[in-house]
Amino acid sequence: MTAALSVRNLRVEIPTRRGVLTAIDDLSFDIAPGEVLGVVGESGAGKSITGSAIIGLLDPPGRVAGGEILLSGERIDNLSPSAMRQIRGKRIGMIFQDPLTSLNPLYRIGDQLTETILTHEAISAKAAAEKAERLLVEVGIPAAGTRMSSYPHQFSGGMRQRVVIALALAADPELVIADEPTTALDVSVQAQIIALIKRLCKDRGTSVMLITHDMGVIAETADRVCVLYAGRLAEIGAVRDVVKRAQHPYTHGLMAAIPSLIDDPNEKLEQIPGSMPRLGAIPAGCAFNPRCTYRFGRCMRERPGIYPVGASDASCFLHDASGEAPPAAVVRNAIDAGIDVRASEGAEP
Amino acid sequence: MLAFAIRRLIQAIGVMLVVAMISFVMFRFVGDPVSQLVGNDTPPAERAQLRKELGLDDPIYVQFARFVDKAAHFDFGISYQIKQPVSTLIAQRLPATLELSIVSAILALVVGMPMGVYTGLYPHSWLSRLFLAISLAGISLPTFLIGILLIFIFSVNFGMLPSFGRGDVVSLGGYWTTGLLTRTGLQSIILPSITLGLFQMTLIMRLVRGEMLEVLRTDYIKFARARGLSRRAINFGHALKNTLVPVITITGLQLGSIIAFSIITETVFQWPGMGLLFLQAVQNVDIPIMAAYLLLIAFLFTLINFIVDLLYVAVDPRIRIGGAKA
Ligand SMILES: Nc1ncnc2c1ncn2[C@@H]1O[C@H](COP(=O)(O)OP(=O)(O)O)[C@@H](O)[C@H]1O
Ligand SMILES: [Mg+2]
Repeated sequence: MTAALSVRNLRVEIPTRRGVLTAIDDLSFDIAPGEVLGVVGESGAGKSITGSAIIGLLDPPGRVAGGEILLSGERIDNLSPSAMRQIRGKRIGMIFQDPLTSLNPLYRIGDQLTETILTHEAISAKAAAEKAERLLVEVGIPAAGTRMSSYPHQFSGGMRQRVVIALALAADPELVIADEPTTALDVSVQAQIIALIKRLCKDRGTSVMLITHDMGVIAETADRVCVLYAGRLAEIGAVRDVVKRAQHPYTHGLMAAIPSLIDDPNEKLEQIPGSMPRLGAIPAGCAFNPRCTYRFGRCMRERPGIYPVGASDASCFLHDASGEAPPAAVVRNAIDAGIDVRASEGAEP
Repeated sequence: MLAFAIRRLIQAIGVMLVVAMISFVMFRFVGDPVSQLVGNDTPPAERAQLRKELGLDDPIYVQFARFVDKAAHFDFGISYQIKQPVSTLIAQRLPATLELSIVSAILALVVGMPMGVYTGLYPHSWLSRLFLAISLAGISLPTFLIGILLIFIFSVNFGMLPSFGRGDVVSLGGYWTTGLLTRTGLQSIILPSITLGLFQMTLIMRLVRGEMLEVLRTDYIKFARARGLSRRAINFGHALKNTLVPVITITGLQLGSIIAFSIITETVFQWPGMGLLFLQAVQNVDIPIMAAYLLLIAFLFTLINFIVDLLYVAVDPRIRIGGAKA
């Protein structure tokens, strides 16, 4: 089956006065039709830039410098601006982080909805208004009929995010990119909003790219998860696998740092020492090597490729069955921690 | 909405009273009104008599109340110099100034806004750079210099446009004279209105440009793009409308300044407006005219501010709910 979205070796560059920064480096992943792919990573890992690149809205001077983006098998990264406009909103919907600033303060929400619908569908203004109201009902706005003529500032944050969701889904897109849709909201409404996105997209068979730095949300919502580190793929796999048996040392550290995912309440939360490098200061070899407990000589020299581990893929030399083997002590530690070192070779369990 | 309008109205009246007080103080205490009216050889008894007749012996607050009452009925007394009622003099001059000011303001808006939008949308195009360079000249050159330059080029060198006066005017209903209905009147207003409006035009252009650049970076514009809206809808529907509140403010306030600062332009072009009248009054220490001019300008400023406030409410729904926006 053709993937709803296929990102192939994506490279995003940001030219600056002090040279060209590579914000996304050789990133590949697929999202199957109807699938929810979680994208996680620390702040600055390149999650938003990936989303912007897909929908063709990179802030200049950022640009796609390599690779391909395919929507249901068609390339969309090389389209003309007007052709790309046909895709935005119509085939890819986007939900941004801050509902308080996503809506134009000067227009009634009903007008913003009908404007969007009329942009993508050749229907009468009346039919568009009816559809707009149906959408508001669907996203759970009480008294949707009268709320059509309200202005954004008359809604709470959670309600505004529902309106934003209605806007993103207005033209029934096949893919929705939700960039931290709940980060700016009260904790009490976060779960509702996530559940709403999940339900609506499931009903419509819409694929979702759910960007967040909340592993808890991913664990509950996503089918698969893609872990980014410094603009590069660290690990990608089914949520179950990644949560239970992370294969990249970085992911492993991330999971250990999440309280809700630890079975034993007495177990200590681990923190990954150090911090993610800035774009201009990514070390040679593996980007994670300065913080990695399992690094060995090769990690400092070569950049790891993507290696299969069980049903997941991880970008770590521990899983490269062909090249220089890691020292025995590193292997032992990794295996103790639950990393399936060189599993594809069948040498170790 | 009504409560809002009433609140603003009360504030406006307060402002006008303060200005009236200043105007009154000037009227009453800068120079002695009596000695302005009579000759040097008038005997003191006669002066005292006149003083009594004019009510100058009454308590100050009574005098002030009388002043306000008269001003409210457009009675500003008799000009010392011209010996005619000040209200008549101003009524004769007002149309010329207002016509010049409004034409200048419209010119500034009609040219400045599109230039601002363009330079905001395409900040790196060569045309934008050209506009910005021109606007720098508009902001930094003094008004009288621009006026003289324009006269030199278009009147002296090419002989295309008149260099002074208002041309032929037509009387409308006995109250208003307009130069906008005659050929010479239209020709005459071109150079002065450019001179007067150039500064405001560049100001509006820079303002709209700055606001556009700002608004285009906002999340809701990015979201509008992500929804696939057309460029026209985004640039003019969503972005431009959000720049309007500050543009209305500045344009409104500038209209007041245009009227006030028309003094210089009127002098350069010998435009028979209030500014010219005021300048002559200053030279002759003609206090009644100065006091009336001050009041009138303050009144126009307050009126414009009031209208601007109401316009805000029409543009930005958020102001309606929260009452006055901080
Ligand atoms: N215009 C820019 N110039 C330089 N660096 C940028 C620019 N925009 C984004 N970046 C950098 O790109 C990286 C990825 O950003 P982003 O995708 O927003 O991260 P996040 O994963 O938090 O969403 C960050 O390190 C950020 O500093
Ligand atoms: Mg982000």
